[in-house]
Amino acid sequence: MIGTTLPPMTIHATPTFVISTALATRDFQDVHHARDAAVARGSKDIFVNILTDNGLVQRFVTDWAGPEALVRSIDIQLGVPCYAYDTLTFTGTVTDRVTVDGELRYVIEVTGKGDLGDHVRGTVHIALPEVTS
Amino acid sequence: MTETERIEAAAERIAAQGASAPVLGRDPVNQAMVNTWTEAIGDANPVYTDADFAASSVHHGLVAPPAMAQVWTMRGLHGTRAEDDPLGAMMLALDEEGFTSVVATNSSQTYHRYLRPGEHVAASNRLENVVGPKQTALGEGWFVTTRTTWTVGDEVVAEMTFRVLKFRPSAKQAAAPEGARIIDAPEYSDGVLRPVISLDTAFFWEGTQVGELRIQRWGDTLRHPPGPVDPGGDLDVKPDYIVARGTGTVYSYVVHHHPKVPGKRLPFVVALVELDEGVRVLGELIDVDPDEVAIGLPVRAVFLRIDDELTLPAWEVVR
Repeated sequence: MIGTTLPPMTIHATPTFVISTALATRDFQDVHHARDAAVARGSKDIFVNILTDNGLVQRFVTDWAGPEALVRSIDIQLGVPCYAYDTLTFTGTVTDRVTVDGELRYVIEVTGKGDLGDHVRGTVHIALPEVTS
Repeated sequence: MTETERIEAAAERIAAQGASAPVLGRDPVNQAMVNTWTEAIGDANPVYTDADFAASSVHHGLVAPPAMAQVWTMRGLHGTRAEDDPLGAMMLALDEEGFTSVVATNSSQTYHRYLRPGEHVAASNRLENVVGPKQTALGEGWFVTTRTTWTVGDEVVAEMTFRVLKFRPSAKQAAAPEGARIIDAPEYSDGVLRPVISLDTAFFWEGTQVGELRIQRWGDTLRHPPGPVDPGGDLDVKPDYIVARGTGTVYSYVVHHHPKVPGKRLPFVVALVELDEGVRVLGELIDVDPDEVAIGLPVRAVFLRIDDELTLPAWEVVR
């Protein structure tokens, strides 16, 4: 398991994607839905919010690990912004195994790369039911 | 008190207040918000949306995506911060010092268990630390770290450490100095050699974007190209910069005939220009017949806007 590479995931961050994910995460900051406001604040365009990155990282890991994988933690750090019309490519590797409260967890390192460079880097801890039970 | 001392004092006062009173999310965990979220994110995991699948799964019923933890207690379109919210108080303190923009940089969430539809989550926040001022690509700013605890009743269900950068927007959007010529030059972008921009040189490239030729200054000493340490070796000195007038004379030059250089038409002239301020700066001398170039030729700075990320300084002849 350790060293396993996850199948990559590609996200086309269309304006519709940026806006619908911002609203679905109840984030109404104008920089995530109003281009004029985003530009006035010094951005090139509207950009993806951090709650969406959290969701994308979770989806990337459970798409691979399976629907019953138990997500225990998501730790992400943002790099360059992901603007509307960027494409994000997520890659990841299982790097470690840890035992927390008697539960075996796998550690997955994730990178989401955009047109400008690394947009998000993160670490996800999951437990797999067939391993824990 | 200095600005830094005022900010540090505010941080200490707000951190000492401890955790805010828990505030309930607007709605309990519910299927409609889960559906909207999974559709937007594109997460097709059936434990969130397919009741039959979820019933026979490890969860024995529908659950909410763990990554939605923060969503349940977002304030929403017309929500206001609680008066004892430490992040709000710290944002205000930084606004008052001119650090008016904000961007999230880190989120570290731990999920103690999955949430089910009908559970009503509350959030409590405390200020963990405030670090700065730091020079960042976005401008000078402070990193503000908060700790959120989510509870259902008395049970802690999830926790988060969240960090934002509260910054003073850099001059990127400022108007160009009067007379500065910024030329859109996308034709140069194909294969153009891009500078490595570091903490020591970011101010220079931020300057070219707004038509400013910025020269690093250590005390009274101008230095170009910019470096990391005071030329006199004093480790306690910090640099600032001046905006050069942009006029000077050719100190030395080459005419490049061969080989081909990506994004350039041959032949082209590269000139080392001695600015009126006394330092020498390299750049392409554009719109000139190479035979016309001579030592001492008066030139002024222009700025070739390659794309959103890069604007190169260059020279043109003063005619």
